[in-house]
Amino acid sequence: MIEGRDLCLAFGEKTVLRGQELTVPAHGRIALMGPSGCGKTTLLRVLAGLQKPDSGSVRVDAARLAFVFQEPRLLPWRTAAQNVNAVLSDTAATLPEAETWLRRLGLDEAGALYPSELSGGMQQRVSLARAMACRPEVLLLDEPFKAMDEALRAQVIETVAAHLDGAAVVLATHSEAEARALDCKIYHYNNGRFEA
Amino acid sequence: MNSRARKLADALLTLLFWAAVWLLLARIVGQELLLPAPGAVLKRLAALAGTADFWVITATSIGRVLLGIVSATALGLLLAVLTAASRAARVLLSPLMTVVKSTPVASFVILALIWLQRDILPVFIAGLMVLPVVWANVSAGIQETDAQLLEVARVYRMPRGRVLRRVYVPSVLPHFRAALRSALGFGWKAGIAAEVLTVPQRSIGRMIFESKLYLQTTDLFAWTLAVILLSLVIERLMLRLIARAGRSEKGGAARD
Repeated sequence: MIEGRDLCLAFGEKTVLRGQELTVPAHGRIALMGPSGCGKTTLLRVLAGLQKPDSGSVRVDAARLAFVFQEPRLLPWRTAAQNVNAVLSDTAATLPEAETWLRRLGLDEAGALYPSELSGGMQQRVSLARAMACRPEVLLLDEPFKAMDEALRAQVIETVAAHLDGAAVVLATHSEAEARALDCKIYHYNNGRFEA
Repeated sequence: MNSRARKLADALLTLLFWAAVWLLLARIVGQELLLPAPGAVLKRLAALAGTADFWVITATSIGRVLLGIVSATALGLLLAVLTAASRAARVLLSPLMTVVKSTPVASFVILALIWLQRDILPVFIAGLMVLPVVWANVSAGIQETDAQLLEVARVYRMPRGRVLRRVYVPSVLPHFRAALRSALGFGWKAGIAAEVLTVPQRSIGRMIFESKLYLQTTDLFAWTLAVILLSLVIERLMLRLIARAGRSEKGGAARD
């Protein structure tokens, strides 16, 4: 479960969050929608503890949290499989688990490749595999499907949805179709708040 | 011709060109006391290398200088970590390193002669040349570590040891390698210069000093050539060692 209470945040003159209230229980899935720059990423960062709000509080009731950033953010000096394994035990014992996740996301041949040898869309799927492999109880997704073509996107969303195992999901997206495919309740941006 | 063979051919041609220039100058000067010919220097070096003393002297000098370089590298790494962790350390250390970097070697040697024994002084001087270079480069490497990757490590709650091994070390390694590449040269030259000024027993510096004192110019050139060759060999070996250490982390910033 993840909960934000009365979150306020401004960058200089620009108010991004104005008393944001948000509760996503286990099994809950919400999608944050709004124009570019409205604060979707910022809210995700606040929920992940990467950005301190000016006021308000965040409570994350989860042992494992995963975040798929807009950028793949892979370790350039580790292979795709090693990148996924880095959030598991980082030993040979969990490498097969990492490789299983790569296969599920259609990256059967990519395990031994370095990020620089992968396309943008493949890198993003490695990033998704990394998030899913750690079996998160809270999953934060920041436009994770944008570098994929339509057919692949549908397939990846289906795989992710099938393995969420009751995780609380917060998805930031511009695509209502993605939100619906992941069975998310949609929150629209309105004057400093995301509201259902 | 592949690129490796071309590189080798270039190096050989360059060497031959400068040897020819040297030979020509030696012929023009015409006095071995002022400028010995390359052949004479090589012959003398070969003769020196055939004696046990030569190897004892070079091993002792290498030992001294390497001790200084290795100790200063370890200290530089430690101080760089401290600098990254604490603003106070950064504020205090930055001017100190600038002073160390800007002070002439000779000034340090004269000062250190008052404080230290002759045998230890080259160790200290070699280390002093290496310390600011390693500190500055490693500090820069730590500072330039990708903040986005550190956020990933934070979100996924990676243990500190893993963050160090998987994020910091590969990011810092190219900076560390660059630091060692220049620091080894500095340290080696400064260490030998310190030996020349302090003339400790069994040292290359002492042999250079005595060659100059007794006007044995060919010996002076032969020992200097030995210093240059040893410098090249040590640099190659050290860089190979570092490359081997970093081989487990391939690709990206850590890729050779």
